[in-house]
Amino acid sequence: MTNNQTNTKAVVVKDLVKKFGDFVANDHLSFAVDKGEIFGFLGANGAGKTTAIKILCGLSHPTSGDVKIAGYDIYKQRDLIKKNIGYMSQKFSLYDDLSIAENIRFYGGIYGLSRKKIKEKTEEYIEKLGLQAYTKSMVKELPLGFKQKLAFSVAIVHDPPIVFLDEPTGGVDPITRRQFWELIYKEAANGKTIFVTTHYMDEAEYCDRVSIMVDGRIEALDEPKKLKETYGAQSMEEVFIQLARG
Amino acid sequence: MRIFIIKEFLQIFRDKRSLIILFGIPIVQVLLFGFALKNEIQDIPIAILDKSKDVYSQQLINKIISSDYFVLEEDLQEEKAIEEAFRKGKIKQLIIIENDFSEKLEKKNRAVVQLILDASNPNTASMINSYTSAILRDFEHEINPIPTRVPMVIPETQMRYNPELRSVFMFVPGVITIILMLVSAMMTSISIAREKELGTMEVLLVSPVKPIQIIVGKVLPYVLLSFSSAVIILIMAYTAFQMPMVGNLVLLLAESLLFIVMALALGIFISTVANSQQTAMLLSMFALLLPSILLTGFIFPIKNMPEILQYVSQLMPPKWFVIIIKNIMIKGNGIESIWKETLIILGFTVFFIGLSVKKFKTRLE
Repeated sequence: MTNNQTNTKAVVVKDLVKKFGDFVANDHLSFAVDKGEIFGFLGANGAGKTTAIKILCGLSHPTSGDVKIAGYDIYKQRDLIKKNIGYMSQKFSLYDDLSIAENIRFYGGIYGLSRKKIKEKTEEYIEKLGLQAYTKSMVKELPLGFKQKLAFSVAIVHDPPIVFLDEPTGGVDPITRRQFWELIYKEAANGKTIFVTTHYMDEAEYCDRVSIMVDGRIEALDEPKKLKETYGAQSMEEVFIQLARG
Repeated sequence: MRIFIIKEFLQIFRDKRSLIILFGIPIVQVLLFGFALKNEIQDIPIAILDKSKDVYSQQLINKIISSDYFVLEEDLQEEKAIEEAFRKGKIKQLIIIENDFSEKLEKKNRAVVQLILDASNPNTASMINSYTSAILRDFEHEINPIPTRVPMVIPETQMRYNPELRSVFMFVPGVITIILMLVSAMMTSISIAREKELGTMEVLLVSPVKPIQIIVGKVLPYVLLSFSSAVIILIMAYTAFQMPMVGNLVLLLAESLLFIVMALALGIFISTVANSQQTAMLLSMFALLLPSILLTGFIFPIKNMPEILQYVSQLMPPKWFVIIIKNIMIKGNGIESIWKETLIILGFTVFFIGLSVKKFKTRLE
């Protein structure tokens, strides 16, 4: 890969292999994500999505292959990568028994934000997400939708250029999901790269590009519109079913 | 109704955890209480100082040693050796036979046998005392078959370390140990397991914070809490129950801190095995609490247990801490008599930390 490519790409994966014993969870994955892109990472349960996203986030080591995140090498520059990514899991990962401000203070502190910056962020988030009524409550008392938006905001509290979202909309109603995607669009418009896994095929339509994993391999990778054309399908759901069935 | 019962049985038999609770716990408890935890004594190590070395004193000594209750650990030659014998901490009783034992018995019909007991465990001490007295009565009967009104062999008992045989001496070390073990190991394992359950651990691992910082940051509050709880127990024992504090307080606090760190390391290890708070809680309860009550010699003397359980008790870190506390608080011994126990706890600490680190690394790969 050339320097030029590295500069315009947020994520570059080349021949990524991950084995657990004899089982190959990721079989020579190669793909690249542009800066500022919303990249949908789809696949059936057990296709290897979670394994791959864990490797990209540094939660797991690859068996072989090259991975560059924000231009940094996953083997040698792990610390730099960590500073440049945000991560939100399907569990939302907030501390239930802390208040909104305490959660922001903790996660901001972890990323070394100054006290002043944390205070600004706290005010900004409460304002932006409409959380004024909940400033005194513990996070466990928040409605799920608010919790989800807060989890996303906390994941980007340190303003990383790349955000990994692992099934961020699980268990949430369609309206809340739509609101959440509006939030994602806003951040992408600000130049952030969004790497998102999801089960909802309507959400796949919102992505700039989508990859579909089947049995550890990437079977398709393109814009949703082009994928539908290629497979002669009406919706992403049909594309997905065609691919997943083989 | 029938299908309900069938379904319930299916679920119970598939859930190993409830099976263990249903059958494993009662079996283990019955076995422990039945076999291991006898409150009788056997093979108690004693020392003898025979000042007369004559026919009767030899006869008495043979009688004592040939009973199943006692084993002669040390045959002392002079009074100077007494202190040293107790400091080593092994002997539970010292029997001193006075000068001219035979002569006094024959001429005056009266001789004194001094019994000095290690009463840091008051139950054992009073049991040893009554067993020894019974042997003396027996001996008296042997040398003089016609019963006399006044006893000829007079036992003079001295309870060392705990003259009033107060049970506080026994339960305070045990309670400190159990509480430190519980607060430290259980609380850390549950709180780490909780972060795993909520998914916050993943987020922390993605962040630039180093795993070591996460662990230290999580564990340090519990170190402080456990330590203050230890101090509270000590103050209460000292003021409300007049527990003696003969030894060095700083040494005691330092040893407590070491034990706390060990328990925390164990807690961390438990949390690497357990994925939910519930599992962590169950593991800590059954793997830590019960053994540390039953197998550490806090309530039931280890010496009386079957051999296999004696070996198991060696693997219980609390056992060694109880010994340390007793040595410092009651006997006033310094590091020179507990360095071995200290090293063992240190070893456990290193072992648990090493195991956790290894577990953590394999999870990443």
